[in-house]
Amino acid sequence: MTNLMTGAEMVVRALRDQGVETIFGYPGGAVLPIYDALFHQKHIKHVLVRHEQGAAHAAEGFARSSGKAGVLLVTSGPGATNAVTGLTDALMDSIPVVCITGQVPTHLIGSDAFQECDTVGITRHCTKHNYLVRQIEDLPRILHEAFYVAQNGRPGPVVIDIPKDVQFAIGTYIGPRNIEHKTYRPRLDGDPDRIEQAALLMASARRPIFYTGGGIINSGPEASRLLRELAGLTGFPVTSTLMGLGAYPASAKNWLGMLGMHGTYEANNAMHDCDVMIAIGARFDDRITGRLDAFSPGSKKIHIDIDPSSINKNVKVDLGIVGDCTHVLRQLIDVWRGRDLAPDTVALAKWQAQIEKWRSRKSLSFKNSKEVIKPQYAVQRLYELTKGRDTYITTEVGQHQMWAAQHYHFEAPNRWLTSGGLGTMGYGLPAAIGAQMAHPGALVIDIAGEASILMNIQELSTAAQYRLPVKIFILNNEYMGMVRQWQELLHGGRYSESYSEALPDFVKLAEAYGAHGIRCSDPAKLDEAIMEMLETPKTVIFDCVVDKNENCLPMIPSGKAHNEMILPGHDAELETAVDAAGKMLV
Amino acid sequence: MNAPAAPLSPYSSAIGKPNIEVHTLSVLVDNEPGVLARVVGLFSGRGYNIESLTVAEVAHAEHLSRITIVTSGTPEAIEQIGHQLERLVPIHKVTDLTLRGNAVERELAMIKVAGTGQDRDEALRLADAFRARVIDASIESFVFELTGAVGKIDQFIELMRPIGLVEVSRTGVAAMSRGPNPT
Repeated sequence: MTNLMTGAEMVVRALRDQGVETIFGYPGGAVLPIYDALFHQKHIKHVLVRHEQGAAHAAEGFARSSGKAGVLLVTSGPGATNAVTGLTDALMDSIPVVCITGQVPTHLIGSDAFQECDTVGITRHCTKHNYLVRQIEDLPRILHEAFYVAQNGRPGPVVIDIPKDVQFAIGTYIGPRNIEHKTYRPRLDGDPDRIEQAALLMASARRPIFYTGGGIINSGPEASRLLRELAGLTGFPVTSTLMGLGAYPASAKNWLGMLGMHGTYEANNAMHDCDVMIAIGARFDDRITGRLDAFSPGSKKIHIDIDPSSINKNVKVDLGIVGDCTHVLRQLIDVWRGRDLAPDTVALAKWQAQIEKWRSRKSLSFKNSKEVIKPQYAVQRLYELTKGRDTYITTEVGQHQMWAAQHYHFEAPNRWLTSGGLGTMGYGLPAAIGAQMAHPGALVIDIAGEASILMNIQELSTAAQYRLPVKIFILNNEYMGMVRQWQELLHGGRYSESYSEALPDFVKLAEAYGAHGIRCSDPAKLDEAIMEMLETPKTVIFDCVVDKNENCLPMIPSGKAHNEMILPGHDAELETAVDAAGKMLV
Repeated sequence: MNAPAAPLSPYSSAIGKPNIEVHTLSVLVDNEPGVLARVVGLFSGRGYNIESLTVAEVAHAEHLSRITIVTSGTPEAIEQIGHQLERLVPIHKVTDLTLRGNAVERELAMIKVAGTGQDRDEALRLADAFRARVIDASIESFVFELTGAVGKIDQFIELMRPIGLVEVSRTGVAAMSRGPNPT
């Protein structure tokens, strides 16, 4: 095979050499040569989305569920700007995505040409790195570098902006093995002295906790395995951020559930009262810490992260360890075993007893009803009826997302795909499409809200075109539920513009797209309806009509500390929970 | 209204009064299009301060440029700035010269002064004392070139103000570490 080819052919060849089999995209004038190159080959499957934001989230869903980089191909101008939300989402959640954008030919750049925009300028702040390819000689190197940068270190999105004349130009292709990045070498192994100190601190702990995050998932399945091994060796309790769910099995005895704003009472109180905190691949986000100056006041903090800028950013720690979770966890286990360390079992038993007391408050409980489906009950039933299966769960953003995180339980990593950092409504359906493309035989469910799902509802057409049996499980409470809850909390119940007026008939909507629609509003018929959804071998919209006024609890109100949670049954406290300073927070 | 509660945790970054420090960062970067925009965008996007910034290519064959940034902030913020800069892919090396200590810092300034008679003599006398050079002269004006530490230039400008300061153009700080090793 000759190595002389057009830029467009190089793009396709490089994707193939990078092991890419599926890409998501939408054609347009400035990418036509690449689409023509795709037309002439059979190795890469292109999934035509209905909006470029959908392509970006689908690439994220593909990446998050498979551990490989997700790829999208969009045109210049509006193609690129439409992808910006998805790129920002991938940046915030550290998802490896490579986005190829077409650009007007180089001689027109800067002339305000048709469908021209400053793509590298616009995406500079929402990518890990980006490139404008000015000449064909640079293209092969940049294509391979982009995959390297997206996938190594803290993963993230990378944009390659390719002017149309560069796509037509002929040059010599260079394979990935002959390309090495000049400078970017993320540190993988933790500093051995610090690992030693961390192990000794852990062995001396009386009230320890593992606070784990999405970094463990990004590091690969081996990191999850090592976390389980280390938790097994030490017997320490484990909590996780929203992004980290699945890294540690929810069925394990020392699992505390998710922490943070809508985390469990036991997880948050254990964070507050612990004496040694081991943060692994988590970034002390404001949803996690609550009030910063009251965050876990008595603990020594160890923070393991591949990104040095995450350490000491929001919370000062005693021992920062820069490195990849897999490497550092292995090093910690080696030191723990090598030095024959053991936990303080007497203190640990007392700590576990205290945790059991917190657990007995049953902070995820809710008052069920025979008349109306409670959203928590709906998620519980969905979990019970799907737990034995090969399942991937995506979500949109809002109350339903938190209920899914609380009541759907994960045993393995890469099974839970949600927009954590950016909080992007409209993420779930395209992400489900991406996950289903990566795992054709699996059960992929988007747990959605009726407002969120409408933000990228056009992707139903994509699901229909590729006959993807994704299940869209809408917790329909006719409100932007989290907005409504915050208006109840902060604005005297004045529900300004948060009612979902003029909703479509979701059953008919499904039928209009050639999907199957189910509606259920009777708790007694819920199981049967869910089974119907699971047994339908095509795209399904499940309109689950739930209690309109249910609040998502427990909750740490804004500006409050971990030990100031509002528990279920205390909704009345919501109205007075937030002071003036807290009101300013988001 | 609730009074702000006393901080409970010694680990909060928000604790205590902000003690603002001025640091000089030396940043070695690939000289590629957009690299300065990345650095400047990082500062504006994350709300960091730039007191001065200089950039120029320093090794043509290796395509390397050095950006020297004088920034101000709490020690925690400045540590963050260093790490955030290191995260940018085309950045080779970030050195906090203030933290490391013992660096040389110089700035060049052009200072235009207008006046006649005694003021003119006084301007020349002061320029001589500061070792400023005259690089342009007319019947009623001088342009002085002055190189030195930031404080020296500040001082000279203040002295010129009552005499007839017209305008100032400064390069910003260039800096490197002392001794045989690279910055």
